[in-house]
Amino acid sequence: MLDNLIRTKGREGRRGYTLPKNDVEDASLDKFLPKDALRKEKPRLAEVDEPTVVRHYTNLSRQNWGIDTNFYPLGSCTMKHNPRANEVAANNPGFAGLHPLQPEAQAQGALEVMHELQGFLSEVSGLPAVSLQPLAGAQGELTSILMVKKFFEDAGDDGRTTVLVPSTAHGTNPATATMADFTAKEIGLDEHGCVDVDELKELVDETTAALMITNPNTCGVYERNIAEIAEILHEAGAFLYMDGANMNANLGRMRPAEAGVDVMHFNLHKTFSTPHGGGGPGCGAIACSETLAPFRPDPAVAKEGDAYTFVRPAQSIGRVAGFHGNFGQMLRAWNYIQMHGPDLRDVTDMAVLNANYIRARLGGTYAVPYDELCKHEVVVQPPKGMKALDIAKGLIDHGYHPPTIYFPLVVKEAMLIEPTETESKETLDDFIGAMLELAESRAEDLEESPTHAPTRRLDEARAARQLKARW
Amino acid sequence: MSVPGDLQYTRSHEWVRTEGDVATVGITDHAQDELGDVVFVELPEPGATLAAGDSFGAVESVKAVSDLYAPLGGEVVEVNSALEDSPEKINEDPYGEGWILKLQVSDQTDLLSAADYEKLLEEES
Repeated sequence: MLDNLIRTKGREGRRGYTLPKNDVEDASLDKFLPKDALRKEKPRLAEVDEPTVVRHYTNLSRQNWGIDTNFYPLGSCTMKHNPRANEVAANNPGFAGLHPLQPEAQAQGALEVMHELQGFLSEVSGLPAVSLQPLAGAQGELTSILMVKKFFEDAGDDGRTTVLVPSTAHGTNPATATMADFTAKEIGLDEHGCVDVDELKELVDETTAALMITNPNTCGVYERNIAEIAEILHEAGAFLYMDGANMNANLGRMRPAEAGVDVMHFNLHKTFSTPHGGGGPGCGAIACSETLAPFRPDPAVAKEGDAYTFVRPAQSIGRVAGFHGNFGQMLRAWNYIQMHGPDLRDVTDMAVLNANYIRARLGGTYAVPYDELCKHEVVVQPPKGMKALDIAKGLIDHGYHPPTIYFPLVVKEAMLIEPTETESKETLDDFIGAMLELAESRAEDLEESPTHAPTRRLDEARAARQLKARW
Repeated sequence: MSVPGDLQYTRSHEWVRTEGDVATVGITDHAQDELGDVVFVELPEPGATLAAGDSFGAVESVKAVSDLYAPLGGEVVEVNSALEDSPEKINEDPYGEGWILKLQVSDQTDLLSAADYEKLLEEES
């Protein structure tokens, strides 16, 4: 059950500490602070003993559900294991104790890590310029599209008003286009669940600024026509942006620049194993072509002679983050890439193999709308008459975090499963067993689940209709 | 799923009831069932002019947000402001109290009959 707030525990005057005897004269606060800065009532603090504090927070932490406690196949989110070796690097006192205002000369090691990571991401993407500034994937998207916008502004081309977005896109794509003051236009799919190239040819014109493509797309299918798509856009003077949320299916196997991508974002907190979830901190680094490089955020890290230094790209869109972005995540991603080296390719191979294993074993019981080799994730549908929501809630009782449900929007009752490469075959088999068992359940029994979680089924409609955002 | 015979329909699952040159628009029983519990409806301002096919608002459910499309062209003469506080009316009574807006029609388009719409639902299932 849900624990009460700590404030409701204990009693007035109870303490879990003793202070040393006061050896200075008591003084009233109003001698130091203006009257309107003094509070009229005592703060409502918990008055509890130490064991109560320890139990309260330990019990709360035991309700955490994360990659450290359970298999977490949340599609399009790449919830992979966070290697503890990353933490060793991040906890190095030389890094952990750095101040963001430290002079460059005293932070050369940190700048070197950032410079090297820029190089690694260039190598992975094939794109020559990188910015590590964006703090999350969606901010990396926005940064990329703002760079495209500034390119056209500086070129005096004010007719570029639209950004094209496939119907399978992450919701953040059209949101990004709108935030950057473009009109988002949707493109439909062909029979493989990929961007409809004929429709694209009709939609692209001199008002098109960019197409935002996710590859592999959110159905887990590789956009096989990406090179042709890039050509169509480039002929119209527009850019191809790639949403890199699914880069875990590409490492060492597909370099976006070679497919014609002009600018893309990475999620270091997905693909490069830095902690993910709980709202951050993340890192949505971007990589771009020489054409777009001058528009990158300020600052980027450059090497001048033997020294590393922060530089402002010539036509920069300006700052997108305070100081230098989430350095701790850059360090973890740098460490992860260093540990793998050229073997990063195996990450992708195993991620794809695991997803296809699930596709093959669930197929037949679950419907697989695009039943061909998938990449790192697979979209399935529950047997007829069953709801994705009920299967998802049932999975909680089996000890799994449910996959993404009702996304992508183009698939009814979609369940988007992404196992990642860090799970063993035994874990996958157990999960598949639970999925198959749930598919045999009676719908009315499943409606009862979850029965073992701290709360039973929540009334989501009422929660949304009568939102109470504070206690 | 209920598909009343006296209404007309769109491929994007809106229904239309025409009285004189005023058309009342809502979403179908099938649409509300697919969406699940509706928690928010975004309505246009009365007086807005819509072309057939324009997105005029959105319905948000616990699953997703879906755009609403104008089945006909015209001026919005009234919106169902009761939906702002009681979006659940769309689930409870999609063809009645769950109506969304009324249009002064200036541009007629071809709509589906109840029989055609039922056929469409069969094809989609």
